[in-house]
Amino acid sequence: MMNKQVSSTELAVADICDGATVMIGGFGEAGSPTELIHALIDQGARDLTIINNNTGNGEIGLAALIGNHQVAKMICPYPRSSHSKVFPKLYRAGEIELELVPQGTLAERIRAGGAGIAAFYTATTVGTVLAKGKEVRTIKGRDYVLEYALKADVALIKCEQADRSGNLIYNKTARNFNPLMCTAATTTIVQARKVVAIGALDPEQVITPNIFVDQIVEVQEPLIDAELIARGRCYP
Amino acid sequence: MSKAQLTGWNREQMAQLCAGDIADQSIVNLGIGIPELVARYVPKGREFIYHSGNGLLGMGPAPAPGEKDPELINAGKKPVTANPGASFFHHGDSFAMIRGGHIDVCVLGAMQVSQRGDLANWSTGAPDAIPAVGGAMDLTAGVKTIFVLTQHTTKNGEAKLVEQCSYPLTGPKVVTRIYSNLAIINITASGFQLQQLAPGITFEEVAERTDAPLLPAKPDQDNE
Repeated sequence: MMNKQVSSTELAVADICDGATVMIGGFGEAGSPTELIHALIDQGARDLTIINNNTGNGEIGLAALIGNHQVAKMICPYPRSSHSKVFPKLYRAGEIELELVPQGTLAERIRAGGAGIAAFYTATTVGTVLAKGKEVRTIKGRDYVLEYALKADVALIKCEQADRSGNLIYNKTARNFNPLMCTAATTTIVQARKVVAIGALDPEQVITPNIFVDQIVEVQEPLIDAELIARGRCYP
Repeated sequence: MSKAQLTGWNREQMAQLCAGDIADQSIVNLGIGIPELVARYVPKGREFIYHSGNGLLGMGPAPAPGEKDPELINAGKKPVTANPGASFFHHGDSFAMIRGGHIDVCVLGAMQVSQRGDLANWSTGAPDAIPAVGGAMDLTAGVKTIFVLTQHTTKNGEAKLVEQCSYPLTGPKVVTRIYSNLAIINITASGFQLQQLAPGITFEEVAERTDAPLLPAKPDQDNE
């Protein structure tokens, strides 16, 4: 089986182009591939569309990527948090676009993108401003809004363990959007706390099968966003 | 316009009343903030199973000091624990639970509730606000019973129970019952109907602070 491990986060993100659509896993800091995001800041690709549940905290990780003016558009359910200051500033200045998507609709759009489903009907947002301009169809007496699948050029993913072929296992609620995003990107890049030999993971325990993974990089002791923010750290 | 602020129930009492109306073994999703208090008042002999939208069923209380795990958090991004029998899953499965009708009860806060049960709780629609919806619209679309826990009026004394919401809706016709500091109010086909008054509060006082007709409690109800 193919060994998908690469030696550094720098190598892993080297081919991300200007204008790319990038899905980034995580819910807040849980499951956020902070080292891969920092490598993308160093790499410098611009005009990116980023798909994430939030917009990062403090001035590290996703917030630092946005603060570095590399992001043209966010597709996001909740672009606020107690330590999020970078996105609001740019948004109010009209320097970044926002497509606001309900969390469940975002998850399902990504799932559909990975599963070859073009679009689907959902009751979420019916009768609200977020359904404006969207097709509504009545099915068995209930109204549903048409939502289209989401795909990406690249997904940046964090997991707990990967084998070298790309089978992944996550940790607790750090799983969140990561397995869905693995399926919906042309190139899926994973940072794993531990990379193990092919055959070392129990197939019954694998959450993301290796078919959805392209590159793996080991980051043994990933940064803890909350600790960096508490110490007032910025990136770069 | 501005009427004297009445006390009635405090937040903990509101949460306790709400918890008392949730059946044993219910799967419950609690909104961020005041609704989280409901978990402190599970009636004796009942067990609720808590769902957290970020991928946890069987959520337990906050961890002991020093045992926080940044990878074990709730939808409000606060550290939590996992109870025996808990499970972790990705967002697709988590919102399939919500949107597929598998969650029994959801308790949410409110900016406004209309007499037909419309809920507005995500945006004031102000032009400079950063819009953020999270999973609120998925919850209102997919959970059968939506309880609202809220102060009866805003800090400025404006009604939150209204004929029509002026703020952008989270979902139309979704609220089942409101637990305010002044009263428990049901949403019926005829509008707001009193269920129970807080101690020392009169029907007239609640009606004055409600910007829509308020129906008196059904006569057979045990009403203080």
